[in-house]
Amino acid sequence: MELTLWTYEGPPHVGAMRIASSMKDIHYVLHAPQGDTYADLLFTMIERRGQRPPVTYTTFQARDLGGDTAELVKKNIKEAVERFKPKTLLVGESCTAELIQDQPGALAKGMGFDIPIVNLELPAYSKKENWGASETFYQLTRTLLKEKVSYSEKISPLRWKEFGRRPKVNILGPSLLGFRCRDDVIEIQRILSEQGIDTNVVAPLGASPDDIERLIDAEININLYPEIAEASCEWLKRNFGMEYTNTIPIGIKNTIEFINEVHKKLDLPLTNKKELENKSKLPWYSKSVDSNYLTGKRVFIFGDGTHAIAAAKIAKEELGFEVVGLGTYSREMARQVRATAKDLNVEALITNNYLEVEDAMKKAAPELVLGTQMERHSAKRLGIPCSVISTPMHVQDVPARYSPQMGWEGANVIFDDWVHPLMMGLEEHLIDMFKHDFEFVDGHQSHLGHTATNTKDILNSDEKKEKNSKEGIIWTESGRAELIKVPFFVRGKVKTNTEKYAILRGIPEISDETLYDAKAYFS
Amino acid sequence: MSKVEFNKETGPREVFCGLTSIVWLHRRMPDAFFLVVGSRTCAHLIQSAAGVMIFAEPRFGTAILEEKDLAGLADAHEELDRVVNDLIARRPEIKTLFLVGSCPSEVIKLDLATVAEKLNKRFLGQVRFVNYSGSGIETTFTQGEDGALKALIPLMDSSDEEKLLLVGTLANNVEDRFKKIFRNFGISNIESFPPRQSTELPKIGKNTKVLLTQPYLSDTVRDLKHRGCEIISAPFPLGIEGSTEWFLAAAKAFNVSELKVHEIISPLINRAKLALESHKEILKGKRLFLLPESQLEISLARFLHNECEMDLIEVGTPYLNKDLMKEEINLLPDNTKIVEGQHVEKQLDRVRESNPDLVVCGMGLANPLEAEGISTKWSIEMVFSPIHGIDQAADLAGLFSKPLKRNQILTSNTLVTH
Repeated sequence: MELTLWTYEGPPHVGAMRIASSMKDIHYVLHAPQGDTYADLLFTMIERRGQRPPVTYTTFQARDLGGDTAELVKKNIKEAVERFKPKTLLVGESCTAELIQDQPGALAKGMGFDIPIVNLELPAYSKKENWGASETFYQLTRTLLKEKVSYSEKISPLRWKEFGRRPKVNILGPSLLGFRCRDDVIEIQRILSEQGIDTNVVAPLGASPDDIERLIDAEININLYPEIAEASCEWLKRNFGMEYTNTIPIGIKNTIEFINEVHKKLDLPLTNKKELENKSKLPWYSKSVDSNYLTGKRVFIFGDGTHAIAAAKIAKEELGFEVVGLGTYSREMARQVRATAKDLNVEALITNNYLEVEDAMKKAAPELVLGTQMERHSAKRLGIPCSVISTPMHVQDVPARYSPQMGWEGANVIFDDWVHPLMMGLEEHLIDMFKHDFEFVDGHQSHLGHTATNTKDILNSDEKKEKNSKEGIIWTESGRAELIKVPFFVRGKVKTNTEKYAILRGIPEISDETLYDAKAYFS
Repeated sequence: MSKVEFNKETGPREVFCGLTSIVWLHRRMPDAFFLVVGSRTCAHLIQSAAGVMIFAEPRFGTAILEEKDLAGLADAHEELDRVVNDLIARRPEIKTLFLVGSCPSEVIKLDLATVAEKLNKRFLGQVRFVNYSGSGIETTFTQGEDGALKALIPLMDSSDEEKLLLVGTLANNVEDRFKKIFRNFGISNIESFPPRQSTELPKIGKNTKVLLTQPYLSDTVRDLKHRGCEIISAPFPLGIEGSTEWFLAAAKAFNVSELKVHEIISPLINRAKLALESHKEILKGKRLFLLPESQLEISLARFLHNECEMDLIEVGTPYLNKDLMKEEINLLPDNTKIVEGQHVEKQLDRVRESNPDLVVCGMGLANPLEAEGISTKWSIEMVFSPIHGIDQAADLAGLFSKPLKRNQILTSNTLVTH
């Protein structure tokens, strides 16, 4: 048993719902009790969808358990097929139905329908939402294409040349409740099209079962969101020889690298390499004088695997920040996140417990947090600016405006979204100069609605803490005056370090000099 | 009883399960913790229903069953023990811990009663443990509160003292208003159940007169009767009419004269009627379809028809306790169509066929109906808003007039831009 107060991911059948709801002409019969319909509101409220998810819940009750729940499953399958006339039927169970073992998938297959039926077995007590989405997309792809394996030749990424047409690719992975997927797809299609590459199928978002059957008309697959699409890409590679990309085009460097990878795989010459560097404003904005003040900003990153890794790279290499924490809730991506963390000399945090993330955040004393909506709340409590980079989805993560994370425009969005919560570079410099003026309000970070605290209050609260200090260390007048001069976002860290130093050296009273001694000691 | 048409329907449902009621119960009793013993689905459900995100460490959580718990590799009782120990160490201020059963815990027959009993012995004098089921295979939405209250009844001491006991969670400000009004009647001994602190449970006995504030408490009522309480039969205090009848029924049980009641509540009624006017203007003649969810549907239908002059197309309710709803049903207009249970697809067919002006439904259905051009009010708002009593009648009407008013604003073409 695991005590959970809040969870980053839902159960695996919600992942299956994400695939079903993303697609057309699909229906999902879910063997589930009353109440599991809550998941509909994730789509209709958070994504503001104007359609119900294509899901029929069998709604079994306690009194059905003694009787024939299998009959109830069959009745619901029959009604759903007649009413919704899907081209492909997904059949599965939620956590409770898994325990009563009616095997709804097998039941459905015995009912004599002339449509493909995908039997979803998603272990609810060991797996989570992203895994469920990946498995569903994989099972669906496999079911719809497995018959073609035997008579299909290995797909060469170069065959477009023989066919005398532009190369065609599939974009795999975007789904509902995925972070900015709607806009990423548009951006990536635009980039590919500019390079003379056509999109064959985007799936699951907006695809029908017919489109899945057409996947093998393309030369290669773009594995846009590995959490959802990697298993399918791998199956297509194994059975049809279709190559797939590994670079996630988030940030300038990765977008260029992605374009390179696609060209290399297709053996398509890249003629506009120089031009690519000027497609986004991020490189110049980052180089411009104002951004000089962003150098070394301490940033703490937590999210799904794909977005956390991409954020770390952008933060370090494209904005010149210092990554002081990196983690993910995606256990499936733990290995990659650990590798990235190692490169950055930080320890990766792999957890589904948001309180652990908050603790790590506190300890790392960052100046900016890049996280999920939960980290936004934690950061708010700690008075640290935050930008959201990853699911779980919140209604604010489905903005009305075009707002991708990927490609050139994605890099523009990222620059604005990450830098605006901070104080503008020159502005910060000026405030730093004037911060001892009496008008100055400490905690004055930006115009974006952070609660500013009066310097005096911080002094008082600091004083209280000091008097309660367990180790009985006394801060002298001069020590305290010097501490106040330290920027508020690192003040906690400086205070702890100085006290640590004082204990180490057996210094009972901390003066301004002790503070400088400690600073030198720890630097 | 008025000539109401009763129908039953079975099929796929679109409703919350009883776990959802934790969202308001934990706020009512800030010294209690609700620990669901269930799956990741349960945890995800509560956090989704509770709104966007939690802003601090919540007083509810889920002990998520894992494969080893199901395969019998881990003793579920020992595992639960461990989780409870951790929890109490972390939250020492907790006075009552509700162990809440879920669909999976019921199916694997996890005996939470025995667990609670053992824990009660161990934590004697520190934390009390009670258990109930909020599972979807047994309970719908508000029935979770019924289960939680029923579980507390055995902990309530006996007393023959005469008192008025208000039963059902109310918003604190509404509760204060009610108590003030009852005191003005001359009824001085008034208590609420659930109380604001889980440890301050009212004493009950043969001179306890129970006045229900919510219509979904069938099991709680039955157990209170067993403890000798008298149940005052009344409609529910929604709208002016329901609240007036409710006050009168209580007054009668305490031998307060009708004249005195009217004297006290007349100014309130006049004020409320005035406030109701603007909403009535919008709602009058509009056609209403209520989908089942909160069990408040029958009372809402009565209010919206009798006081706001809406026309009732269909009144859905997850289930119907005719005895408890007797007074409400009597106030409904003739030929009202009540449908108990749900086949959500067939019901939505009827919604589309009947072309209603307003549909009361769950959050999962609201935006899809709006996208079809049908105005909606989502029912979860009724259990989070202070809607009870005469003073709140206009606010209650406002919940329904607002979507129509908004629709009017957005579809009118009178806006001149330069």
